[in-house]
Amino acid sequence: MSNKLNLTLKVWRQESSDSHGDFVDYSMEGVNPHMSFLELLDVLNERLITEGMDPIAFEHDCREGICGSCAMSINGEAHGPVKSTTACQLHMFHFNDGDTITVEPWRAKSFPVIKDLAVDRSAFDRIIQSGGYVSVNTGSAPDGNAIPIDKETATMAFDAAACIGCGACVSSCKNSSASLFVSAKISQFSKLPQGQPEQKQRVLSMVAQMDKEGFGHCTNTGACEATCPKDISMDNISTMNKEYLKAILS
Amino acid sequence: MKLDAKIPSGDLSNKWVDYRSSLPLVSPANKQRQDVIIVGTGLAGASAAASMAEMGYNVKAFCFQDSPRRAHSIAAQGGINAAKNYQNDGDSVYRLFYDTIKGGDYRSREANVYRLAEVSGNIIDQCVAQGVPFAREYGGTLDNRSFGGVQVSRTFYARGQTGQQLLLGAYSALSRQISLGKVEMYTKHEMVDLVLIDGHAKGIIARNLVNGNIEKYAANAVVLATGGYGNVYYLSTNAMGSNVTASWKAHKKGAMFSNPCFTQIHPTCIPVSGEYQSKLTLMSESLRNDGRIWVSSKKGDKRHPSEIPESERDYYLERRYPAFGNLVPRDIASRAAKERCDAGFGAGETGQSVYLDFEDAINSMGKDTVAARYGNLFDMYAKITDENPYKTPMRIYPAVHYTMGGLWVDYNLMTTIPGLFAIGECNFSDHGANRLGASALMQGLADGYFVLPYTIGTYLSNEINKDKVTNSDSAFKDAEKEVSNKIDSYLTNDGKRTVESLHKDLGQIMWNHCGMSRNKKDLSKALNEIKELKNTFWSDVKVPGKKDTLNAELEKADRVADFIELGDLMIRDALDRNESCGAHFREEYQTDDGEAMRDDKNFSYVSTWENKGDKAEPILHKEKLLFDTVTPTQRSYK
Ligand SMILES: Cc1cc2nc3c(=O)[nH]c(=O)nc-3n(C[C@H](O)[C@H](O)[C@H](O)COP(=O)(O)OP(=O)(O)OC[C@H]3O[C@@H](n4cnc5c(N)ncnc54)[C@H](O)[C@@H]3O)c2cc1C
Ligand code: FES
Repeated sequence: MSNKLNLTLKVWRQESSDSHGDFVDYSMEGVNPHMSFLELLDVLNERLITEGMDPIAFEHDCREGICGSCAMSINGEAHGPVKSTTACQLHMFHFNDGDTITVEPWRAKSFPVIKDLAVDRSAFDRIIQSGGYVSVNTGSAPDGNAIPIDKETATMAFDAAACIGCGACVSSCKNSSASLFVSAKISQFSKLPQGQPEQKQRVLSMVAQMDKEGFGHCTNTGACEATCPKDISMDNISTMNKEYLKAILS
Repeated sequence: MKLDAKIPSGDLSNKWVDYRSSLPLVSPANKQRQDVIIVGTGLAGASAAASMAEMGYNVKAFCFQDSPRRAHSIAAQGGINAAKNYQNDGDSVYRLFYDTIKGGDYRSREANVYRLAEVSGNIIDQCVAQGVPFAREYGGTLDNRSFGGVQVSRTFYARGQTGQQLLLGAYSALSRQISLGKVEMYTKHEMVDLVLIDGHAKGIIARNLVNGNIEKYAANAVVLATGGYGNVYYLSTNAMGSNVTASWKAHKKGAMFSNPCFTQIHPTCIPVSGEYQSKLTLMSESLRNDGRIWVSSKKGDKRHPSEIPESERDYYLERRYPAFGNLVPRDIASRAAKERCDAGFGAGETGQSVYLDFEDAINSMGKDTVAARYGNLFDMYAKITDENPYKTPMRIYPAVHYTMGGLWVDYNLMTTIPGLFAIGECNFSDHGANRLGASALMQGLADGYFVLPYTIGTYLSNEINKDKVTNSDSAFKDAEKEVSNKIDSYLTNDGKRTVESLHKDLGQIMWNHCGMSRNKKDLSKALNEIKELKNTFWSDVKVPGKKDTLNAELEKADRVADFIELGDLMIRDALDRNESCGAHFREEYQTDDGEAMRDDKNFSYVSTWENKGDKAEPILHKEKLLFDTVTPTQRSYK
């Protein structure tokens, strides 16, 4: 078993959305390298509670990298230094003894801080509500095999659909653009026959909602793709742009 | 009180169709005037909310996460069953029904299970139409895999992320109804009490988790879709927030709770690595299709697995169960692993794990095929353990995964409180004493898309002429006051024990005495330990922070308080059931070669518990199970 780590955590503490925030240092000794980053925060929180202090608020649920709840920048990178990995799946063996680690919330106007590391991401839900669906009522579906879809297309649709809606793309983008998130949904449906009838309206509504929520524009820097824990490709953004053009020109 | 399951008469295969066409209808105009509260927007709740809103009802939906897309259902990996017979391997509604009844060790209702199998095909159709990207064959048709406990290929999947894709499908349908104004969605809201008026469920009290407000919501009916309670064991594969609170509050207000001790322990999870462990990670059971499970045939063998020659490997499942081999049902696979580890043959540092080996699969079908099937699971394993499963066999151990028990419901999915319904994992209905893999997603979506939206009409059609309920009724004020007082008492208690540490203690009691195998002596001991723990909790719990901001400790405190009471009931239930069936293994009741001994003569019932308040013991009611179509036999996978 590898050696225990001594670390310093610099954590963003902010009481509420309208209060002022700041970094607070915590030293952590004897950290087991097999714990996850969130378990590190658990251990720290247990200590803070025992010492009569307020524990650090952060979102989390599945701890398996799939629900998209956990959201924090670690040393300036969304979800930390390891590629294709959410904070909950980031294990401490990726850090070195003596490290100072900075932890802060997603920084974006459209994701206001609720408390400490927890931010309000309801803008994402509203974007999906604006058109991220196929309008098919329960009970009106044809047989599942009625429309064959070739394997490659199904795989591409799946790759786009794998987005977990965590918001890392927004947080890592210097423009706070939500293009990767929005395009993944548009792209999934644009590939599938089921998505075709509403494709035009979908792309127009979702892009309009994205703008309305105050997300910035995409300038193709690629930071989103690089930090996405699910490897959602920027090709989706090209697909979205193409579909958008098609929609406004037709 | 007599439990009436309201099972329609007639031939098993026609019951549902005939019943559905005879159900009272609520006219479109009247639906517009009916409000329904749905608590929980996982697969069951989101599908129900969307479907009922489409039908015209006004829905208010609640979840505690910051978005419905994050419900625990998102984490399901392996797949969803449906009797489509696309593989032409002889599958049918009857066979899916039979496998489910048998897999559940004959502790579920024939009529409910048959209906589940019957609507399973529609679920796949619905999801495909929503744009769920299921795995496909080269010809463009849907692909299937097989799963534990069955011999046909009927599991539909989307890589190792089936739950995610199905939930996103239901979430998209829900989102559409939100945009149409038919569903009001309350995220970051936790139901903290149920409100009854004249004995009927007419609303809930919810706490806004962001600002701490205690809010009152009224409706004509309330539906719980709040998931399972595996976190009573502290460590489980459930999401951290999964809890029993909504069901438990309903239980304390009169909804009976069934088969609480039936807990599924999943055989293929990543073993515990240390004290700090907060949850356990499941490796999908689909891995057992191609992976082979073994331990060394030498006790305490500390050699690296690659140094253990073939002749010294014990493929114990293939040895004990030649017909099903590595694909025996979960309860059997889990107990067999525990048996080998307890006997000293376990692998790894702690001896608390067994190998799941893909060497043969890689040799026969190539690494690429294995990667295509299980790539993301292998990656997940590598990420957590820092080991490469393509080279070194995985190490796995059983972990708490799913709870078959839950709120008692009749054929209409209504609990013993009129107007209160329960769907998905939080009801007890379809899986008996053991659930088959890929059947929870099926049940959640069956309940939500295809059963509840119809059966709730049996209740709501009688509500049409009644006065509208509002949240100004005194029942709401009383419940609100009670909740406020309780929250204040947590925050002012100022004890020494953190909620987390008390939860861990509870987990230890439950895992050690009411886990994979149970006996009277330990269970009786555990009952006392729980009692002490409950006292410690109330006298010594320490909850920091304020009530009017995000306060995770406060949320957890109320959940753990409910878990402790549930733990007590689970132990009582396990003590009552003097037989071994499905996931419930009582050491006193086993054959000479260690197989479970069921006792149909005395225990062919659904145990159904009535809460009698904090001071009195709960009362057991029995719903006798009748088998008209299948004949219960000893479950054999040999
Ligand atoms: C790791 C893992 C893998 C699995 N894989 C499979 C699989 O491959 N196939 C399969 O069939 N099954 C699988 N299962 C089981 C299956 O995922 C679950 O049984 C199922 O998803 C439960 O769905 P549900 O809708 O009933 O509840 P959940 O998805 O748990 O949703 C519960 C909802 O209730 C809400 N809620 C809970 N309490 C409250 C409260 N007090 N107030 C307000 N809201 C509340 C939550 O916010 C959430 O929206 C798996 C389970 C796990 C743990
Ligand atoms: S907690 Fe679910 S993705 Fe991290």
